[in-house]
Amino acid sequence: MKTLDQTTDEILGLAAQHFKIPREELAPGDDFYKKLKIDSLRALELITRLENHFGIELPDYEVQGVTDFRTLASRIQARL
Amino acid sequence: MLDLSQYESLGAALNAAVERWPEEICLIEADREEERGRLTYREFRDAAQGIAAGLQENGFGAGDRAAILMSNQSKWLISAYAIFYCGGVLVPLDYKLSAAEHAALAAHSKARVLIVEYPIWRALSQIDLSATRVETVVVTEAPAHAELGRAIRWEEFRGATKAEFRPRQRRNAACIVYSSGTGGRPKGCVLTHENYLEQCAAVAPLWPFWPGARYLSIIPTNHAIDFMGGFIMPFTGGGTVVHLRTLRPEYIREAFTRYKITYMAVVPLILKNLERGLRERFAALPPAKRQMLNALVRVNRAATRGRPRLWLSRLLLKDIHAAFGGELRALLVGGAFTEPKTLEFFHELGIQIANGYGCTEACTAITVNDLRPFRPDTLGKPVTGMQVRIVNPGADGVGEVAVRSKTVMSHYLDDPELTAETIVDGWLMTGDLGKIDASGHLRLLGRKKNMIVTAEGKNIYPEDIENVFEGLPLKEFCVFAANYLWPQRTMTGEQLVLVARVDPAHSLNGAMRSELERCNQRLLPYKRVSGYILWDQDFPRTASLKIKRNLLAEEIGRQLDRSAVQPL
Repeated sequence: MKTLDQTTDEILGLAAQHFKIPREELAPGDDFYKKLKIDSLRALELITRLENHFGIELPDYEVQGVTDFRTLASRIQARL
Repeated sequence: MLDLSQYESLGAALNAAVERWPEEICLIEADREEERGRLTYREFRDAAQGIAAGLQENGFGAGDRAAILMSNQSKWLISAYAIFYCGGVLVPLDYKLSAAEHAALAAHSKARVLIVEYPIWRALSQIDLSATRVETVVVTEAPAHAELGRAIRWEEFRGATKAEFRPRQRRNAACIVYSSGTGGRPKGCVLTHENYLEQCAAVAPLWPFWPGARYLSIIPTNHAIDFMGGFIMPFTGGGTVVHLRTLRPEYIREAFTRYKITYMAVVPLILKNLERGLRERFAALPPAKRQMLNALVRVNRAATRGRPRLWLSRLLLKDIHAAFGGELRALLVGGAFTEPKTLEFFHELGIQIANGYGCTEACTAITVNDLRPFRPDTLGKPVTGMQVRIVNPGADGVGEVAVRSKTVMSHYLDDPELTAETIVDGWLMTGDLGKIDASGHLRLLGRKKNMIVTAEGKNIYPEDIENVFEGLPLKEFCVFAANYLWPQRTMTGEQLVLVARVDPAHSLNGAMRSELERCNQRLLPYKRVSGYILWDQDFPRTASLKIKRNLLAEEIGRQLDRSAVQPL
């Protein structure tokens, strides 16, 4: 079983890769809308990517209002 | 459909519906490829009465208020019927707001009950709710292990005794709906049972429902359009509401064909996305097929100019209509201004767009374009029972749009001052500026305050000129009167400013700037924007994705000054 820190770290890595920005620029507490400069449609794109990676389904209503990587990781962690 | 003139309240009309169509399906809920369940009207009644009994055992009585805070799903409508069954007043809250905003509106509405989805409750339970009067919290979708504190699980919230129906009168409040204006002064529109029954009776003949007709619900149900189009109209006609638990475009497309959707309400942004997708598909067709398509579109255009002929359009443009499920009668568009070009695009394909003008204060629709003939340049004529007039029109016929009808709200909750400013001698002052043409069609030209008057005495409305910047690679944009952003006590030298949010990868480079200038040049000189501001934050939007112009203007005014304007 992965720890929350491991899950968070994987999310940061995938986000960096997907949006082509250096991994070291991302921190768990960052607001991903601001940091990745994305809108809600592109955020759904990231979530679909994360779903495929972790092999889970994350309903839209679960991520409604979530803006930082750490909270996103905890939502994913709860479904692993 | 039911004859709504016979009923005193929404609760009574819904009682009649569940009696009339007990075996018909009223609700379908799906998530991605999976259908989660469907309910007949009888099952809907039983579920709602269970919740109503739970509410009554918790002391919830006639006239008490209950807030619903959920994304679109079956339990939303079950809860609403339960509240009406108890004679309660429903407070539909926008689930997209923040927990602090939810708490503020719950407090303002004085709701005693809150029916909320677990992920929203998780956030809300972290903050101080002592300013609210919420006594009972019912939580849906709570995982088995979740610690809910004082809240009760939806599954366990059932009364032991049979619920008792509490009749209401037409003049009683049915809902308190918060219209745009969540920042600062909450505007809680108190809408009566009469408002809803009259509005439904006026618009249902335009888009009738019958057992088997299906509405796809994607606009948040707290919004007046979905509440009317995705609850009251289908339920008083024996129709079915399909709720999707995801808004990802691929699943919406699939739902059209899987459920043979009859109607769907959309906001202009979604319509625009649909248009873009279709245009891309058309552009990718081999030349011969494309020519064939263009020829068929021309035939359809000629045949439907004077009035819609849906059967013919479906025959001519079979593949396109099949992609929409083959049963689609209309896309109801509202919440913001829709480009005439977009309306034309769909009309030429024979896909009817029900476009009109409305506001929460008037219980949804005020005017509707009946497509007889197709007029993309207007918002149509007043619906039955609606009187529309232009107050203090200028020489050009433009003035504030005022409305009088049985659908106009009773008042703004606990705000007699704002009510008195808004409802004057029985007329709802909309704050929108418009004119009525010789054929009785309404045209809107902007809002009352965000406008400029040029030295030549020409009135320019930012929303009227924004179209010209469509198609530029800007993520979002909006035009403001400079004096609306940075108030000045002057009536001269007013200018317009374009606020542009650009993709970071395309910061406003030389080519884009020239393109912007080229668009601006297309406007008559007195209508041109004098400069632009680059803005790097998301535009604040309402549930229906309408830009919250006042909030955006306030934020720009706070963060920037006039020196930020780059001249064009």
